[in-house]
Amino acid sequence: MTTAKTRKKGPSSRTDVPASDTPSPATNRVLLYSMLLQRRFEERCAEMYAIGRIGGFCHLYIGQEAVSTGFISQLRPDDYVITTYRDHGQALARGLTPRAVMAELFGRQDGCSKGKGGSMHLFDKQLGFLGGHGIVGGHIPIAAGVGFSIKYRGGDQVIICFMGEAAVNNGAFHEALNMAALWKLPCVFVIENNRYGMGTAVERASAIHDIYKRGASYDMPRDVVDGQDVHAVLKAGAEAINRARTESMPTLLELRTYRFMGHSMSDAVSGTYRTKEELEQYLKRDPIALHRQRMDEAGEITAAEVTAMDEEIKKIVQESIDFAEQSPELPLEALMEDILVETTS
Amino acid sequence: MAVITYRDALNMALREEMHRDDRVFLMGEEVAVYQGAYKVSKGLLQEFGEMRVVDTPITELGFAGVGVGAAMTGLRPIIEFMTWNFALLAIDQVVNAAAKMLYMSGGQFPMPIVFRGPNGAALQLGAQHSQAWESWLAHIPGLKVVAPATPYDAKGLLKAAIRDDNPVCFLEGEMLYNTKGEVPDTDYIIPLGKAEVKREGEHVTLVAHGKMVLVALQAAEQMAKDGIACEVVDLRTIRPMDVDTIVQSVKKTNRCVVVEEGWEVCGVGAQVVDYVQRHCFDFLDAPVLRVHQADAPMPYTKSLEKAAKPDLPKTIVAIRQVLYLD
Repeated sequence: MTTAKTRKKGPSSRTDVPASDTPSPATNRVLLYSMLLQRRFEERCAEMYAIGRIGGFCHLYIGQEAVSTGFISQLRPDDYVITTYRDHGQALARGLTPRAVMAELFGRQDGCSKGKGGSMHLFDKQLGFLGGHGIVGGHIPIAAGVGFSIKYRGGDQVIICFMGEAAVNNGAFHEALNMAALWKLPCVFVIENNRYGMGTAVERASAIHDIYKRGASYDMPRDVVDGQDVHAVLKAGAEAINRARTESMPTLLELRTYRFMGHSMSDAVSGTYRTKEELEQYLKRDPIALHRQRMDEAGEITAAEVTAMDEEIKKIVQESIDFAEQSPELPLEALMEDILVETTS
Repeated sequence: MAVITYRDALNMALREEMHRDDRVFLMGEEVAVYQGAYKVSKGLLQEFGEMRVVDTPITELGFAGVGVGAAMTGLRPIIEFMTWNFALLAIDQVVNAAAKMLYMSGGQFPMPIVFRGPNGAALQLGAQHSQAWESWLAHIPGLKVVAPATPYDAKGLLKAAIRDDNPVCFLEGEMLYNTKGEVPDTDYIIPLGKAEVKREGEHVTLVAHGKMVLVALQAAEQMAKDGIACEVVDLRTIRPMDVDTIVQSVKKTNRCVVVEEGWEVCGVGAQVVDYVQRHCFDFLDAPVLRVHQADAPMPYTKSLEKAAKPDLPKTIVAIRQVLYLD
């Protein structure tokens, strides 16, 4: 970890991964697969939303796949992940099946939350996936609580808490990070700075534009990372996860990324709050294209292999849609179930 | 049986449950080193250590969320709010997180957490420190809401709340902490969701909870001198409400007065009246009346504060009215 004082600034500082840290070709394939799965899944979600199979609010992750993949691919099965309503990518990265996620988006009983949660509330207890949460900032204190719980039980797990950059202006962010630092909790706070909280640019919402500097308020290790480069994410993630696991210390990381789609399915990709030119500029740094290009250049993968992988993924996503289509909705009795449990300790 | 205060009864419940289950911990402002703003947690830090009795910064939203995260991952937090007035800062965690986690996860995440602290007006604390929150909380499916009136109930209900696998909002009476009563030092539980007839009578039913139970009992005592037998139903749990006990009593007495600390509009009493009119329509001999706080923020001015609060004289007026005595 570079310290706060000596750290190089800006996303470009993370593209030169030292040779010893260079992921193996096998790892690179896993990363490519995970990112491509998220991409193809979200593309079909947009389609399913358009034809009314998915309802409500639906926030796509396209453009940010390197962030979820870089962090979650390094976790142990007993670690925890908590995130926002833009949660499909992280859920898939954590190993929730495309079927369980798609069925949830369809509101069907084979969904990961039995169809009761929907797009914004994906959960999987077995995988330590503690939810998609719908109130901006609300899940950050919960993440601190998971960190507290790990410490209380004397465990060496970690929790990764994903949030958008707009959440840092919320009181919950401040309260949670203060306690996480005060009590030395094993939390990794990952700010996905995709530049816009809905349509409000970060410069119009935050008094400081280098969001990671907010970590200084809590004397918390902090850094800014190129969120489009999955290797940079891996490296920063490894340091932060290790710090949480071995030292029980939290870290604040700002991942500079970009959302290629609108905030949700109900707004235009560009127009009112960002220009087409800006979008096009960022599209040149597509995390999947960048990773694939690097694998190409290293001779790790052929075009035919990429095509085969892509075809396999598309098939899996199609199967998830077919699965969701045939999964029933819960019976009406379920309306009044899962409100309270009958058990006591 | 020992006679102890409501405060010490709560303390005994905390101590017993923390001995019983090492997943139980207490967190909040001033609960540890200071020994509790109202001394409910006296001695617990010394007995259980700083990992289980945790002082927090003044950060209600934050530490309520810490409780939620801990409850999701195997612990059984007791989150103390110095008063429920401050809990408004944490209401997102109580309502949007704790109350809904089980439902929106399709049943995967039960939420064994207790949010507790003093509720209701004390004396001349002014508008922001003198509020009763039970109707706000009881509105929310996914929460249980408890308000004990006596030291005996305080211990048994708090133990039940801690053992419950659901989120329980536990409203202690700020003016009840010094009240005394018989409390066994044995391990007993009072089930949540069960009202109790605190005094039997045949002429009118008084429904109350928390501090107002004491007012209702005083009113019953006073009315007895005039030959009127009041039955006092202590709700004990606001949600789920024990409708059967209320209905059974009103069917017997045919008259009902509801006494509560909160405001009139959409209050707990409004819900009681709804149950009574639905289930006892043909049994009622008079409209059900309510005694509650005046529809104004609580004034500091001593005389105005007295005028604002529900009390014994106001309760007597309502009782006489439903009996058509005046």
